Amino acid sequence: MARKEYAFYPGCSSQKGASASNYLTSVESMCKTLDIKMTEIPDWNCCGASVSYAESGELPRIAMNARNFALAEANLPGQDIVATCAACWLGSRESKERLEHNSGLMADTQLALKEAGLQIKVIPEIKHMVEVLIEDFGFDELKKPVKKPLNGMKFAGYVGCQTNRPFGIAGESFENPMYLDKLIETVGGEAIPYDQKATCCGGALAFSEPEKAQAQIKDIIEAAYDGGAEMIVTPCPLCQANVEVYQGSINKKYGTKFDIPVLYYSQLMTLAYGGTAKEAALDGNVVRARKLEEFAGK
Amino acid sequence: MSDLNQKMAAKYQNNFLKEIEEQAEMGEWVKMCMQCGLCSGSCPTHFQAGWDHPPQEIFMMIRAGKRDEVLKSNSMWMCTSCYNCYVRCPRKVPVTHVMHGIAEYAYRIGQSPKNQPTQHLSKTFWDNCTKTGRVNEVKLTQSLYFKDGIGSGIKKAMEMQSVALGLVKAKRLNLLEAVGIAHKCKDIKGIHAMLAKANELEAKRQADKAKA
Repeated sequence: MARKEYAFYPGCSSQKGASASNYLTSVESMCKTLDIKMTEIPDWNCCGASVSYAESGELPRIAMNARNFALAEANLPGQDIVATCAACWLGSRESKERLEHNSGLMADTQLALKEAGLQIKVIPEIKHMVEVLIEDFGFDELKKPVKKPLNGMKFAGYVGCQTNRPFGIAGESFENPMYLDKLIETVGGEAIPYDQKATCCGGALAFSEPEKAQAQIKDIIEAAYDGGAEMIVTPCPLCQANVEVYQGSINKKYGTKFDIPVLYYSQLMTLAYGGTAKEAALDGNVVRARKLEEFAGK
Repeated sequence: MSDLNQKMAAKYQNNFLKEIEEQAEMGEWVKMCMQCGLCSGSCPTHFQAGWDHPPQEIFMMIRAGKRDEVLKSNSMWMCTSCYNCYVRCPRKVPVTHVMHGIAEYAYRIGQSPKNQPTQHLSKTFWDNCTKTGRVNEVKLTQSLYFKDGIGSGIKKAMEMQSVALGLVKAKRLNLLEAVGIAHKCKDIKGIHAMLAKANELEAKRQADKAKA
């Protein structure tokens, strides 16, 4: 039996071929080393993300999340749900809270679920992968399997919004969370001082209001360079994509010369645990992390 | 706007605060605002031109009965869901959710600004993810680019070509999704039945509040 078992909720972006498929690959590699067994919730669905609020309304959005709870409870009893995506985690936790504090909402949700042949008895605990690492394992345990520390590499730990607010990681401040810096140090890297670590990347507005979002992304990248970072690290699929893929557009608009790789914490951990470039899914980065590719090949 | 929504909105004549409290998700929090403005100073979009009114102003305008100005405002639609205002509010007002709630209500009764890009994204995203239970990222992008017609869509698609190519090369964009070979749930029928019921119950909840 594995050391820990969880009901895995990868979410729409962390599927094979989707925009955060490299997150999925590196999480799988990292979990293999830590002996974490992640079983996908059978037939899970989208959480609705934050931006669907206008079209969805409260009950339909909560019903979508409740369907995942019911499926997890029925198929993987006793296991906490683990999400790797900030929006999936937020949507699920928010829904759990509202359902547990509002019996009318729960009753209506049960009626909706019944149409899909499902029901909720007890809503499982909902965790972000980072909570699993920090709370269920702890930095000391995470350090033990490190075979190849990322010595001398400088990272900007970009936490972003929804992994940090409104729930965040227990014991951390909303304004200056330290856990990502500690994770970077745990795998031997240097976490540079980074004053934009909890700044918003624009979220979904990167699609609908690209100019506004790109102005925010520019500040986030600039601060990483200012602090001397060689790479940016993040726990969020949307932060990762927004900060990485618009660098070309920002360069064109502002005359900057941004070319900084944006990694997931799970990619760093996979490499420090001795994983290959492929296991860390470095080929999934649009701005290639050449330094890490060389490091993985050594 | 449907007849039912027309009737509901008419019921609140001259009491816009009550209308928002009963009809907008989390609207009951509006009266808790003490006008400190921390939400506005915390908002990432505050630093750019674009919004008509910061959140605390919207809240006071609701109390002052400025119905048209609030419902037609673009302010709520600027929210990036970063939750800065939410965690900083000294009165614990869930500002992010209140703004979403007001936006949703304005949209529901047909009073929200037309051609608002984030409003369009909201509808497109929800329709996209509920169609098969999971997001089809290629179709989502396509429908966003082509919302203002084919000409402008092709232009936007060309501008974003290098971004898309980068993602395809990194195996993070599967163009087969454009023709429906995409991630989807098995029990799509069950999801649709569940959502039909949820929509029906949601409408009933809103009507019941208006009656009370």
